[in-house]
Amino acid sequence: MSGAAMEAGRTLAMGQDEAVGGGRGSVEAPFGRALARLGQTRPEIVGLTADLGKYTDIHPFRDAFPERFFNVGMAEQNLVAVAAGLARTGKVPFATTYGVFATRRAFDFVAIALAHSNLDVKIVAGLPGLTTGYGGTHQAIEDLALMRMIPGLTIIDPCDATEIEAATEAIAEHKGPVYMRLLRGAVPVVFEPGYRFQIGKARRLREGNDVGIIATGLMTERALDAADALRKQGISAGVLHVPTIKPFDAEAVAEFAAAVRHVVTAENHVVVGGLASLVVETLFDGGIAKTVTRIGLPDRYIECGAVPTLQAKYGLTTQAIVTTIKDLG
Amino acid sequence: MLRNSPPGSADIGALERKAGRLRRHMLTMARGQGQGYIGQGLGIADTLAALYFHELRYDPENLAWRDRDRFLLSTGHYSIALWAALAEAGIIPVEELTTYGADNSRLEMSTLDTTPGVEVIGGSLGHGLGQGVGQALGLRVDRSEARVFVELSDGEMQEGSTWEAAMSASHFRLDGLVALVDCNGIQADGPVVLDMEPVADKWRAFGWQTSEIDGNDMKAIVEALAQARARNGRPKAIVLRTLPGKGVPRIEISEKSHFFRIDVAQWDGIIADFEKTMGDAR
Repeated sequence: MSGAAMEAGRTLAMGQDEAVGGGRGSVEAPFGRALARLGQTRPEIVGLTADLGKYTDIHPFRDAFPERFFNVGMAEQNLVAVAAGLARTGKVPFATTYGVFATRRAFDFVAIALAHSNLDVKIVAGLPGLTTGYGGTHQAIEDLALMRMIPGLTIIDPCDATEIEAATEAIAEHKGPVYMRLLRGAVPVVFEPGYRFQIGKARRLREGNDVGIIATGLMTERALDAADALRKQGISAGVLHVPTIKPFDAEAVAEFAAAVRHVVTAENHVVVGGLASLVVETLFDGGIAKTVTRIGLPDRYIECGAVPTLQAKYGLTTQAIVTTIKDLG
Repeated sequence: MLRNSPPGSADIGALERKAGRLRRHMLTMARGQGQGYIGQGLGIADTLAALYFHELRYDPENLAWRDRDRFLLSTGHYSIALWAALAEAGIIPVEELTTYGADNSRLEMSTLDTTPGVEVIGGSLGHGLGQGVGQALGLRVDRSEARVFVELSDGEMQEGSTWEAAMSASHFRLDGLVALVDCNGIQADGPVVLDMEPVADKWRAFGWQTSEIDGNDMKAIVEALAQARARNGRPKAIVLRTLPGKGVPRIEISEKSHFFRIDVAQWDGIIADFEKTMGDAR
């Protein structure tokens, strides 16, 4: 990478340690708050859910605009079909459910009713990856892989409350179908309020040349903490945050990877078909010969249990990233 | 120019002649390919004639008109009938019909929404009614009086998503939504493989104002559509008992009616027979 590019990377970066230090605050229901704000100036925005309104943080919009909110009950195929019909009358529907239902159960509707016609529908999907202890029925561990195969679908995996609010605004502005993973409830604030989110753009958050961590979603928070911990131990780890899974910022990934000795990917998702696969494809296409170490969920269903226990067991923690990178030697 | 607005009194004979013209178009189209979903198309011809030339308010010159009535063909493979109706309505050129099913034609054997006048991608069965619910909700938000007509089929009722949509339509009191349920008794594997009777009772049980008629009787179709105009808080279902291949005896009796493929000489014979019955519809 050229010096100028490094400098540009720095200016894009989100500040240093103080921006992502310990003792982070949180924001309650950042998605619903952002959507309710947008609803005030965008009368074409409508909300839908399939009996999971309060569990997907869309209740602030529902309460503000009851005449523009539709709860279709436990019927995810119909959720997507109704959203498609609303889009055909000029509305911009935001439809919420859990990731498992939006993908596995409603796949044909997302693919044909939405994406094939490039309709302006935003699916916002709760419980991404391993963020619930309810087991395989509720853990959307392969949603990015499934959705990635759908032509024209934009896919977002935000990291924190700041990014969720910014991404909600960005996808409302974007014409076309979107699948966005949702972090709900009291969502940590990792990025400062001035954080710029752009669909399709990766963000270089830490510079480092021993190891480059490419992360998405909530794993970016852990990657930043890991990079800070590693620096104290004399290991220079860069962090590239890739919140948009599709369209994938291959250019930024290739540039970032080319400048480090080892590449590590970190995702709240199975290590097949998601971020890791995208990075490997990108490096192979670009002729960039690097070993890629994949942090993420194994290619198997996860059991029930407490989320912190499960995340520790399956390596979705700061400590797991630190240990993995130190083991690279 | 706005069609069918204000609604006029129905000239049953004229609508029957329109249906005859749609059937003639379809026979020409199927001959060109040597094959097609002609049985279904001929069966639904009377309903499409009643819709496009009597009931639907639309403007062929302004297809995006916000307050148009929508017609959603959920059974995408009935496209042969829709192309005939759109051509006869002046939305696509009649000359283009001969391209039906050919490479690079807009007139696919199963509908895509890139063709003018197509309101939904049909074909993945069970998709149409839910999208009709969404369109009806959107029109309500806009305080539009426009209505949404969704054609679906007896076989399609086997898709669970059809009933998800049916439940939601009555829950949302979508009285501007009309389901046209084509019961022709055939599906891909032959005669209906999973018993769907009693069809009308099912729609009534889901809260729909339901009528059941001979779907090849123009007077009955027009009357049922008139009853479905009531804005009474209930969605409307019209169960259409249709005969696959209706109007063309050699196709009516075919056991291959789900997908019909015969040689050109036989098509010529079928068309010659049909022309003898057309009379003043020419």
